[in-house]
Amino acid sequence: MTLNDTAGEPTELETLLPWYAAGTLRRRDRQRVEEALRNDADLARQVELVREEFSETIHFNETLGAPPPRVLDRLMASIDAETGATRKRAPGAVAGWLTGFFANLSPRTMAVTASFAMLAIALQAFMLVDIFTKPQNEISGYGLSAEHHGGHFAMVRFVRQANAGEITDFLQDYQATLVDGPTPGGVYRVRLGMTSLAKEELARIVQRMRKERIVETAEADE
Amino acid sequence: MAMQAPADEALIGRIARGDRLAMQVLFARHHVRIYRYVLRLLRDEMAAEDVIGDVFLDVWRQANRFEGRSAVSTWLIAIARFKALSLLRKRRDVGLDEETAEAIEEPSDDPERAVAKQDKGEKLRKCLASLSQEQREVIDLVYYHEKSVEEVARIVGIPENTVKTRMFYARKKLGELCRMAGIDRGWP
Repeated sequence: MTLNDTAGEPTELETLLPWYAAGTLRRRDRQRVEEALRNDADLARQVELVREEFSETIHFNETLGAPPPRVLDRLMASIDAETGATRKRAPGAVAGWLTGFFANLSPRTMAVTASFAMLAIALQAFMLVDIFTKPQNEISGYGLSAEHHGGHFAMVRFVRQANAGEITDFLQDYQATLVDGPTPGGVYRVRLGMTSLAKEELARIVQRMRKERIVETAEADE
Repeated sequence: MAMQAPADEALIGRIARGDRLAMQVLFARHHVRIYRYVLRLLRDEMAAEDVIGDVFLDVWRQANRFEGRSAVSTWLIAIARFKALSLLRKRRDVGLDEETAEAIEEPSDDPERAVAKQDKGEKLRKCLASLSQEQREVIDLVYYHEKSVEEVARIVGIPENTVKTRMFYARKKLGELCRMAGIDRGWP
Protein backbone atom coordinates (compact mmCIF):
# COMPACT_ATOMS: atom_id res chain seq x y z
CA MET A 1 0.00 0.00 0.00
CA THR A 2 1.48 3.35 -0.98
CA LEU A 3 0.20 6.86 -0.66
CA ASN A 4 -1.22 8.40 -3.77
CA ASP A 5 0.93 11.53 -3.58
CA THR A 6 1.26 12.08 -7.31
CA ALA A 7 -2.42 12.67 -7.92
CA GLY A 8 -2.82 14.58 -4.63
CA GLU A 9 -5.76 12.39 -3.72
CA PRO A 10 -5.63 10.31 -0.57
CA THR A 11 -6.06 6.57 -0.62
CA GLU A 12 -9.02 5.25 1.32
CA LEU A 13 -6.80 3.72 3.99
CA GLU A 14 -5.00 7.00 4.41
CA THR A 15 -8.27 8.77 5.13
CA LEU A 16 -9.08 6.25 7.85
CA LEU A 17 -5.94 6.88 9.90
CA PRO A 18 -7.40 9.59 12.20
CA TRP A 19 -10.16 7.25 13.32
CA TYR A 20 -7.68 4.41 13.63
CA ALA A 21 -5.57 6.54 15.99
CA ALA A 22 -8.65 7.62 17.92
CA GLY A 23 -9.86 4.05 18.29
CA THR A 24 -13.23 4.80 16.71
CA LEU A 25 -12.88 2.79 13.54
CA ARG A 26 -15.19 -0.10 12.69
CA ARG A 27 -13.54 -3.43 13.44
CA ARG A 28 -13.31 -4.49 9.80
CA ASP A 29 -11.69 -1.19 8.77
CA ARG A 30 -9.34 -1.33 11.74
CA GLN A 31 -8.17 -4.75 10.67
CA ARG A 32 -7.58 -3.49 7.13
CA VAL A 33 -5.47 -0.61 8.42
CA GLU A 34 -3.49 -2.86 10.76
CA GLU A 35 -2.75 -5.25 7.95
CA ALA A 36 -1.59 -2.43 5.67
CA LEU A 37 0.58 -0.92 8.39
CA ARG A 38 2.61 -4.10 8.60
CA ASN A 39 3.80 -3.65 5.01
CA ASP A 40 3.73 0.09 4.41
CA ALA A 41 6.33 2.25 6.14
CA ASP A 42 4.86 5.47 4.71
CA LEU A 43 1.47 4.68 6.14
CA ALA A 44 3.06 3.86 9.50
CA ARG A 45 4.81 7.24 9.49
CA GLN A 46 1.46 8.89 8.75
CA VAL A 47 0.02 7.23 11.84
CA GLU A 48 2.77 8.83 13.93
CA LEU A 49 1.84 12.25 12.56
CA VAL A 50 -1.82 11.59 13.24
CA ARG A 51 -1.06 10.61 16.84
CA GLU A 52 0.87 13.84 17.27
CA GLU A 53 -2.09 15.87 15.95
CA PHE A 54 -4.46 13.83 18.10
CA SER A 55 -2.49 14.57 21.25
CA GLU A 56 -2.12 18.28 20.53
CA THR A 57 -5.80 18.65 19.62
CA ILE A 58 -6.78 17.23 22.99
CA HIS A 59 -4.23 19.46 24.71
CA PHE A 60 -5.52 22.47 22.82
CA ASN A 61 -9.16 21.79 23.72
CA GLU A 62 -8.31 21.17 27.35
CA THR A 63 -6.84 24.65 27.56
CA LEU A 64 -10.14 26.22 26.50
CA GLY A 65 -11.47 26.18 30.04
CA ALA A 66 -15.00 25.54 31.19
CA PRO A 67 -18.14 27.62 31.44
CA PRO A 68 -18.83 29.31 34.80
CA PRO A 69 -21.44 27.90 37.23
CA ARG A 70 -23.84 30.67 36.32
CA VAL A 71 -24.66 28.77 33.12
CA LEU A 72 -26.25 25.96 35.12
CA ASP A 73 -27.96 28.47 37.42
CA ARG A 74 -29.50 30.24 34.45
CA LEU A 75 -30.52 26.96 32.88
CA MET A 76 -32.28 25.73 36.02
CA ALA A 77 -33.94 29.12 36.43
CA SER A 78 -35.25 28.86 32.86
CA ILE A 79 -36.52 25.36 33.56
CA ASP A 80 -38.20 26.55 36.74
CA ALA A 81 -39.77 29.42 34.88
CA GLU A 82 -41.24 26.99 32.37
CA THR A 83 -42.48 24.41 34.82
CA GLY A 84 -42.82 26.17 38.15
CA ALA A 85 -45.90 28.27 37.52
CA THR A 86 -48.11 25.36 36.59
CA ARG A 87 -46.72 22.81 38.97
CA LYS A 88 -46.00 24.71 42.16
CA ARG A 89 -48.06 23.62 45.13
CA ALA A 90 -48.45 25.01 48.59
CA PRO A 91 -46.37 23.10 51.20
CA GLY A 92 -49.36 22.20 53.34
CA ALA A 93 -51.15 20.71 50.39
CA VAL A 94 -48.52 18.08 49.68
CA ALA A 95 -49.93 15.34 51.91
CA GLY A 96 -53.46 16.07 50.72
CA TRP A 97 -52.36 16.07 47.14
CA LEU A 98 -50.66 12.70 47.60
CA THR A 99 -53.73 11.24 49.24
CA GLY A 100 -55.94 12.43 46.43
CA PHE A 101 -53.45 11.35 43.81
CA PHE A 102 -53.20 7.77 45.04
CA ALA A 103 -56.92 7.56 45.74
CA ASN A 104 -57.59 8.26 42.08
CA LEU A 105 -55.29 5.52 40.80
CA SER A 106 -56.61 2.16 39.72
CA PRO A 107 -55.00 -0.96 41.24
CA ARG A 108 -53.27 -1.66 37.95
CA THR A 109 -51.89 1.87 37.79
CA MET A 110 -50.80 1.60 41.40
CA ALA A 111 -48.85 -1.54 40.54
CA VAL A 112 -47.13 0.16 37.62
CA THR A 113 -46.40 3.23 39.75
CA ALA A 114 -44.86 1.03 42.41
CA SER A 115 -42.60 -0.55 39.81
CA PHE A 116 -41.44 2.86 38.66
CA ALA A 117 -40.85 3.85 42.25
CA MET A 118 -38.55 0.86 42.76
CA LEU A 119 -36.71 1.76 39.57
CA ALA A 120 -36.39 5.33 40.79
CA ILE A 121 -34.88 4.10 44.05
CA ALA A 122 -32.19 2.17 42.22
CA LEU A 123 -31.44 5.02 39.83
CA GLN A 124 -31.31 7.50 42.66
CA ALA A 125 -28.74 5.40 44.46
CA PHE A 126 -26.65 5.04 41.31
CA MET A 127 -26.72 8.73 40.58
CA LEU A 128 -25.85 9.95 44.02
CA VAL A 129 -23.04 7.49 44.45
CA ASP A 130 -21.26 7.25 41.15
CA ILE A 131 -21.96 10.42 39.24
CA PHE A 132 -20.67 12.69 41.90
CA THR A 133 -17.73 10.43 42.71
CA LYS A 134 -18.44 9.91 46.37
CA PRO A 135 -16.16 7.29 47.87
CA GLN A 136 -17.95 4.00 48.23
CA ASN A 137 -17.55 3.94 52.00
CA GLU A 138 -19.65 7.07 52.31
CA ILE A 139 -22.80 5.57 50.93
CA SER A 140 -23.62 2.95 53.46
CA GLY A 141 -25.83 5.35 55.41
CA TYR A 142 -28.45 5.50 52.74
CA GLY A 143 -27.48 2.66 50.41
CA LEU A 144 -30.33 0.30 49.54
CA SER A 145 -32.21 0.66 52.78
CA ALA A 146 -35.32 1.29 50.72
CA GLU A 147 -35.68 -2.45 50.59
CA HIS A 148 -36.97 -2.38 54.14
CA HIS A 149 -40.63 -1.71 54.74
CA GLY A 150 -42.23 0.51 57.32
CA GLY A 151 -40.58 3.47 58.98
CA HIS A 152 -41.37 7.16 58.86
CA PHE A 153 -41.59 9.36 55.84
CA ALA A 154 -41.35 13.02 54.96
CA MET A 155 -42.09 14.94 51.78
CA VAL A 156 -39.23 17.30 51.03
CA ARG A 157 -38.69 19.88 48.35
CA PHE A 158 -35.11 21.12 47.98
CA VAL A 159 -34.22 24.62 46.92
CA ARG A 160 -33.36 24.73 43.26
CA GLN A 161 -29.73 25.65 43.99
CA ALA A 162 -29.19 22.44 45.98
CA ASN A 163 -26.69 20.17 44.31
CA ALA A 164 -26.37 16.42 44.61
CA GLY A 165 -23.51 16.64 47.10
CA GLU A 166 -25.58 18.75 49.47
CA ILE A 167 -28.57 16.45 49.10
CA THR A 168 -26.30 13.49 49.84
CA ASP A 169 -25.06 15.20 53.01
CA PHE A 170 -28.63 15.97 54.02
CA LEU A 171 -29.64 12.33 53.61
CA GLN A 172 -26.69 11.17 55.66
CA ASP A 173 -27.42 13.67 58.43
CA TYR A 174 -30.96 12.36 58.76
CA GLN A 175 -30.05 8.73 57.99
CA ALA A 176 -32.61 9.05 55.27
CA THR A 177 -33.24 7.59 51.84
CA LEU A 178 -34.93 9.04 48.80
CA VAL A 179 -37.66 6.58 47.96
CA ASP A 180 -39.74 8.44 45.40
CA GLY A 181 -39.97 11.59 43.39
CA PRO A 182 -39.63 14.12 42.26
CA THR A 183 -43.32 14.77 41.81
CA PRO A 184 -44.23 17.36 39.19
CA GLY A 185 -43.88 19.94 41.97
CA GLY A 186 -40.31 18.83 42.67
CA VAL A 187 -41.16 17.03 45.93
CA TYR A 188 -39.22 13.96 47.05
CA ARG A 189 -40.47 11.30 49.43
CA VAL A 190 -37.84 10.56 52.06
CA ARG A 191 -37.74 7.55 54.39
CA LEU A 192 -36.13 8.26 57.73
CA GLY A 193 -33.69 5.72 59.08
CA MET A 194 -34.96 6.08 62.65
CA THR A 195 -37.68 3.60 63.49
CA SER A 196 -40.35 3.77 66.20
CA LEU A 197 -40.51 7.53 66.39
CA ALA A 198 -43.26 9.12 68.40
CA LYS A 199 -45.41 11.57 66.49
CA GLU A 200 -43.86 14.48 68.37
CA GLU A 201 -40.32 13.29 67.58
CA LEU A 202 -41.13 13.00 63.91
CA ALA A 203 -42.58 16.51 63.98
CA ARG A 204 -39.39 17.82 65.58
CA ILE A 205 -37.23 16.18 62.95
CA VAL A 206 -39.34 17.61 60.15
CA GLN A 207 -39.20 21.00 61.84
CA ARG A 208 -35.39 20.75 61.87
CA MET A 209 -35.40 19.78 58.19
CA ARG A 210 -37.31 22.95 57.35
CA LYS A 211 -34.47 25.01 58.80
CA GLU A 212 -31.88 23.38 56.55
CA ARG A 213 -30.45 25.76 53.98
CA ILE A 214 -31.17 23.44 51.07
CA VAL A 215 -34.76 22.62 52.10
CA GLU A 216 -37.60 24.70 50.74
CA THR A 217 -40.45 22.73 52.30
CA ALA A 218 -40.74 19.63 54.46
CA GLU A 219 -43.87 17.85 55.68
CA ALA A 220 -44.32 14.67 57.66
CA ASP A 221 -46.01 12.02 55.54
CA GLU A 222 -47.84 9.77 57.95
CA MET B 1 -20.93 -2.32 46.49
CA ALA B 2 -20.23 -1.84 42.80
CA MET B 3 -22.71 0.58 41.30
CA GLN B 4 -22.95 1.90 37.80
CA ALA B 5 -23.89 5.40 36.80
CA PRO B 6 -27.11 5.54 34.85
CA ALA B 7 -26.54 5.64 31.11
CA ASP B 8 -27.14 8.89 29.28
CA GLU B 9 -30.20 7.34 27.65
CA ALA B 10 -31.68 6.58 31.07
CA LEU B 11 -31.06 10.17 32.14
CA ILE B 12 -32.86 11.42 29.04
CA GLY B 13 -35.81 9.21 29.96
CA ARG B 14 -35.91 10.72 33.44
CA ILE B 15 -35.59 14.25 32.06
CA ALA B 16 -38.54 13.53 29.79
CA ARG B 17 -40.51 12.82 32.98
CA GLY B 18 -39.47 16.14 34.49
CA ASP B 19 -36.55 15.02 36.68
CA ARG B 20 -34.45 18.11 37.39
CA LEU B 21 -31.71 16.15 39.14
CA ALA B 22 -31.23 14.00 36.05
CA MET B 23 -30.97 17.23 34.07
CA GLN B 24 -28.19 18.44 36.35
CA VAL B 25 -26.36 15.14 36.06
CA LEU B 26 -26.52 15.19 32.26
CA PHE B 27 -25.34 18.80 32.29
CA ALA B 28 -22.44 17.94 34.60
CA ARG B 29 -21.39 15.15 32.29
CA HIS B 30 -21.43 16.96 28.99
CA HIS B 31 -21.42 20.71 29.38
CA VAL B 32 -17.66 21.24 29.29
CA ARG B 33 -17.15 19.36 26.04
CA ILE B 34 -20.17 20.98 24.43
CA TYR B 35 -18.94 24.38 25.57
CA ARG B 36 -15.53 23.80 24.05
CA TYR B 37 -17.04 22.58 20.82
CA VAL B 38 -19.20 25.71 20.58
CA LEU B 39 -16.37 27.98 21.66
CA ARG B 40 -14.20 26.62 18.85
CA LEU B 41 -16.94 27.46 16.38
CA LEU B 42 -17.84 30.89 17.75
CA ARG B 43 -14.60 32.06 19.37
CA ASP B 44 -16.71 34.05 21.79
CA GLU B 45 -16.97 32.89 25.40
CA MET B 46 -20.13 34.80 26.28
CA ALA B 47 -21.90 33.60 23.16
CA ALA B 48 -20.74 30.03 23.85
CA GLU B 49 -22.21 30.23 27.36
CA ASP B 50 -25.54 31.36 25.95
CA VAL B 51 -25.55 28.61 23.37
CA ILE B 52 -24.91 25.78 25.80
CA GLY B 53 -27.67 27.10 28.05
CA ASP B 54 -29.98 26.97 25.04
CA VAL B 55 -28.76 23.50 24.11
CA PHE B 56 -29.62 22.01 27.49
CA LEU B 57 -32.91 23.89 27.66
CA ASP B 58 -33.78 22.24 24.35
CA VAL B 59 -32.86 18.90 25.88
CA TRP B 60 -35.27 19.60 28.73
CA ARG B 61 -38.03 20.49 26.29
CA GLN B 62 -37.39 17.75 23.75
CA ALA B 63 -36.14 14.82 25.81
CA ASN B 64 -39.30 12.87 25.01
CA ARG B 65 -38.43 13.11 21.32
CA PHE B 66 -35.02 11.48 21.69
CA GLU B 67 -35.21 8.20 19.81
CA GLY B 68 -31.83 6.75 20.70
CA ARG B 69 -30.68 6.39 17.12
CA SER B 70 -27.42 8.09 18.03
CA ALA B 71 -25.44 8.52 21.23
CA VAL B 72 -26.72 11.26 23.51
CA SER B 73 -23.39 13.09 23.16
CA THR B 74 -23.82 13.08 19.38
CA TRP B 75 -27.34 14.43 19.75
CA LEU B 76 -26.08 17.20 22.03
CA ILE B 77 -23.33 18.19 19.62
CA ALA B 78 -25.80 18.24 16.73
CA ILE B 79 -28.09 20.61 18.66
CA ALA B 80 -25.11 22.76 19.66
CA ARG B 81 -23.87 22.90 16.11
CA PHE B 82 -27.22 24.02 14.78
CA LYS B 83 -27.46 26.79 17.36
CA ALA B 84 -23.88 27.96 16.94
CA LEU B 85 -24.13 28.12 13.16
CA SER B 86 -27.47 29.93 13.41
CA LEU B 87 -25.76 32.52 15.57
CA LEU B 88 -22.90 32.84 13.09
CA ARG B 89 -25.40 33.36 10.29
CA LYS B 90 -27.12 36.11 12.27
CA ARG B 91 -23.77 37.79 12.80
CA ARG B 92 -23.07 37.67 9.11
CA ASP B 93 -26.45 39.29 8.52
CA VAL B 94 -25.38 42.23 10.63
CA GLY B 95 -22.04 42.47 8.91
CA LEU B 96 -19.75 40.56 11.24
CA ASP B 97 -18.73 37.62 9.11
CA GLU B 98 -16.62 34.75 10.24
CA GLU B 99 -13.38 36.06 8.78
CA THR B 100 -13.92 39.36 10.54
CA ALA B 101 -14.63 37.61 13.81
CA GLU B 102 -11.56 35.44 13.41
CA ALA B 103 -9.45 38.49 12.68
CA ILE B 104 -10.70 40.08 15.89
CA GLU B 105 -10.21 37.02 18.02
CA GLU B 106 -6.92 35.94 16.51
CA PRO B 107 -4.99 39.12 15.76
CA SER B 108 -1.76 37.19 15.30
CA ASP B 109 -3.01 34.39 13.09
CA ASP B 110 0.09 34.38 10.95
CA PRO B 111 1.75 31.24 12.32
CA GLU B 112 5.15 32.07 10.87
CA ARG B 113 5.32 35.36 12.74
CA ALA B 114 3.43 34.50 15.90
CA VAL B 115 5.01 31.26 16.91
CA ALA B 116 8.66 31.84 16.12
CA LYS B 117 9.76 31.35 19.72
CA GLN B 118 7.36 28.63 20.71
CA ASP B 119 8.09 24.97 20.97
CA LYS B 120 6.78 22.41 18.55
CA GLY B 121 3.68 21.53 20.55
CA GLU B 122 2.71 25.14 21.04
CA LYS B 123 3.30 25.84 17.37
CA LEU B 124 1.15 22.91 16.39
CA ARG B 125 -1.67 24.08 18.67
CA LYS B 126 -1.38 27.56 17.24
CA CYS B 127 -1.72 26.06 13.77
CA LEU B 128 -4.79 24.11 14.92
CA ALA B 129 -6.34 27.40 16.01
CA SER B 130 -5.57 28.91 12.63
CA LEU B 131 -7.55 26.38 10.61
CA SER B 132 -10.83 27.41 9.03
CA GLN B 133 -14.04 26.75 10.96
CA GLU B 134 -14.87 23.73 8.80
CA GLN B 135 -11.42 22.23 9.20
CA ARG B 136 -11.07 22.72 12.92
CA GLU B 137 -14.57 21.39 13.48
CA VAL B 138 -13.89 18.05 11.82
CA ILE B 139 -10.54 17.70 13.58
CA ASP B 140 -12.13 18.44 16.97
CA LEU B 141 -14.98 16.02 16.37
CA VAL B 142 -12.64 13.19 15.45
CA TYR B 143 -9.77 13.74 17.88
CA TYR B 144 -11.30 15.47 20.90
CA HIS B 145 -14.92 14.33 20.82
CA GLU B 146 -13.91 10.87 19.54
CA LYS B 147 -16.69 10.65 17.01
CA SER B 148 -16.73 7.90 14.41
CA VAL B 149 -17.04 8.55 10.69
CA GLU B 150 -20.78 7.86 10.90
CA GLU B 151 -21.29 10.15 13.86
CA VAL B 152 -19.41 13.04 12.25
CA ALA B 153 -21.49 12.54 9.10
CA ARG B 154 -24.66 12.68 11.20
CA ILE B 155 -23.59 15.79 13.12
CA VAL B 156 -22.29 17.77 10.16
CA GLY B 157 -24.89 16.47 7.71
CA ILE B 158 -22.54 15.29 4.97
CA PRO B 159 -21.82 11.85 3.45
CA GLU B 160 -19.31 9.60 5.16
CA ASN B 161 -16.85 9.76 2.25
CA THR B 162 -16.94 13.56 2.44
CA VAL B 163 -16.17 13.33 6.15
CA LYS B 164 -13.07 11.27 5.39
CA THR B 165 -11.77 13.57 2.67
CA ARG B 166 -12.59 16.69 4.69
CA MET B 167 -10.56 15.31 7.55
CA PHE B 168 -7.72 14.44 5.21
CA TYR B 169 -7.55 17.94 3.73
CA ALA B 170 -7.88 19.54 7.15
CA ARG B 171 -4.83 17.56 8.23
CA LYS B 172 -3.04 18.50 5.04
CA LYS B 173 -3.77 22.19 5.68
CA LEU B 174 -2.51 21.74 9.22
CA GLY B 175 0.72 20.29 7.83
CA GLU B 176 1.13 23.27 5.51
CA LEU B 177 0.57 25.71 8.37
CA CYS B 178 3.12 23.82 10.44
CA ARG B 179 5.67 24.04 7.65
CA MET B 180 5.08 27.78 7.43
CA ALA B 181 5.62 27.96 11.17
CA GLY B 182 8.96 26.23 10.83
CA ILE B 183 7.93 22.67 11.71
CA ASP B 184 8.96 20.19 9.09
CA ARG B 185 6.83 17.14 9.66
CA GLY B 186 7.72 15.59 6.32
CA TRP B 187 4.10 15.77 5.16
CA PRO B 188 2.50 16.99 3.00
